[in-house]
Amino acid sequence: MTAPLVEVLGISRTYRMRSGLFGRAASVHAVDGLSFGIAKGETLGIVGESGSGKSTTGRMALGLESPDQGSVRFDGAPIATLGSSAWRAQRARMQMIFQDPLGALDRRLSVADQIREPLDIHKIGTAAERDDRVHELLQSVDLNDSHGRRYPGALSGGQRQRIVLARALATRPDFLVCDEPVSALDVSIQAQVVNLLIDLQARLGLTMLFISHDLRVVRQISRKVAVMYLGRIVEYGDADDLFARPQHPYTQALVSASPAPGRRSTNRIVLTGDPPNPAARPSGCAFHPRCRHATARCAAEVPQLVALDDQRQVACHLTTGARPKTQDAA
Amino acid sequence: MTPLVSISDLKVAFDGTHVLHGIDLDISKGEAVGLVGESGSGKSVTWLAALGLLPAKAKVAGSVQLEGRELLGASGAVLDSVRGRRVAMIFQDPASALNPVLTIRRQLCESLALHRGLRGEAARIEALRLLDLVGIPDAPRRLSAYPHEFSGGQVQRIMIAMALAGQPDLLIADEPTTALDATIQAQILDLLSAIRREFNMAMVLISHDLGVVAENCDRVCVMYAGRIVERAPASRLFDDPWHPYAQGLIGALPPLDGVRRRLQAIPGTVPDPRALPSGCAFAPRCSFAGDGCHAGVPPLAPFEPDRAVACLRPQRVPVGLAAE
Repeated sequence: MTAPLVEVLGISRTYRMRSGLFGRAASVHAVDGLSFGIAKGETLGIVGESGSGKSTTGRMALGLESPDQGSVRFDGAPIATLGSSAWRAQRARMQMIFQDPLGALDRRLSVADQIREPLDIHKIGTAAERDDRVHELLQSVDLNDSHGRRYPGALSGGQRQRIVLARALATRPDFLVCDEPVSALDVSIQAQVVNLLIDLQARLGLTMLFISHDLRVVRQISRKVAVMYLGRIVEYGDADDLFARPQHPYTQALVSASPAPGRRSTNRIVLTGDPPNPAARPSGCAFHPRCRHATARCAAEVPQLVALDDQRQVACHLTTGARPKTQDAA
Repeated sequence: MTPLVSISDLKVAFDGTHVLHGIDLDISKGEAVGLVGESGSGKSVTWLAALGLLPAKAKVAGSVQLEGRELLGASGAVLDSVRGRRVAMIFQDPASALNPVLTIRRQLCESLALHRGLRGEAARIEALRLLDLVGIPDAPRRLSAYPHEFSGGQVQRIMIAMALAGQPDLLIADEPTTALDATIQAQILDLLSAIRREFNMAMVLISHDLGVVAENCDRVCVMYAGRIVERAPASRLFDDPWHPYAQGLIGALPPLDGVRRRLQAIPGTVPDPRALPSGCAFAPRCSFAGDGCHAGVPPLAPFEPDRAVACLRPQRVPVGLAAE
């Protein structure tokens, strides 16, 4: 196995926030002691619901935000301080794409100019070389120069996301963080962009962190998957295996909640209780108030992420302890 | 048996641009019908037009009958007796459908007064019962709360409670779970089907999510560019779609189990309603299209008693085989 390109070691991030104008400030643990590594050329998928801390994780992995605790290492070295010149140099090798392409693009600049911008900022190549590169980038996302002359408003949602992708690839990054990149797209367009991402990754040897709430899309794109719940990884493993045989009760509920065309599921696990709130994190295992199997221990003690076998890590007292029953969600 | 709602040849145009090109759809009592399609396919407009909720500049033609009574062009009084009372609607963004400065009690009691003439204590008791029914815990205390004090899933439950206030025969649920997380979506869909069973209420579920529709509906209509292109029982459609667009939609969905395969993306994009291709609107993106497809619009023709497809060359290939 090759050494990981990106290594995240026990990172935590806490925000201060007030409830209401005069409310007391409370700390919100967005991410709590997270560790993972992504090998060169591999894709790690992160799934989780709103408030699980997946976007904060992505931002910290890129160095856009500094962790309160822990560290992030990129290509064997710690990520440089935010804003320093070393960080700028490093940033050319790591890029990010977001859910909303229109929000990420400037409506008053032609898209070719925007694809060119990172080359100007990082002073890559001569003017003629930059023009060639823009042409090449447009082609690599299945668009052409006539698209390049347009403004974001004159392109469809799928085309805009391609432009964002082309711009992210301009500096030939090694590492790409994708935060819900296809969630706002219609199914047929989503498939085009997912296929394109997979092709580009294979061709360019990209290492990716792919963040989404959509289990299907994550499985399609990722080799490894981490399931997050309230700032922690509750399950980690091989993508195909994890969704076929989820071990953590939360993953089991997520998989069973994912609707499947062609069959009417009769025994769907429907979780009771409120959705997770990072401002009021339950004691012990954060999932225990919604868990069907929770015991007294779950409310008292935080379960650690431990290896079940060489493929799978789970943070659950029940699966790692006595292992009462493992359910096949298939 | 006469259907509960019968839509025939419903057409809608905005500023001369046709967005709906003649929809025919019957909804029987207690039936769950799904409408799937991508943005701009006309799934929401169909029902906004049927209930007279479109702005005045929209040109609506055709017929929408509720148990034989025509709704298109009906007076305000007739529509008021239908909207919320016989046919209720819930939307994707429940938070913006509630008034943020009024308590839940005020808003629930308002619909109870409007649709059922309940006031005072009678309205409060009924409001409590509705909140209980949709699974809001601690209802007596929560009744005096404001919308922002509830989570997204709970707000959608409150919207469902308000929709049920008029004891409707038909609930139009327009992307009711799109803004919600997966586990909360499962809760809301479960609630909707429990309510449907209890009150024998018909439901139209509008969604872009094929899985949601497949699991919660009896029949499904697939819409594309303002037309229904395929109509079939839910189970049959997903096992064996006939229209190339329906096949494309299903093929584009990444599988959650089994072998990973490359997604069958539909090439191109949805056509601009101002510049629809001649003939079948899907033809430019269709890999089976022939000359005839560009010549005229194929009608929605019944192929089996309960199935219809608007395609000159329907592909009777199961998706599983087509993917090989």
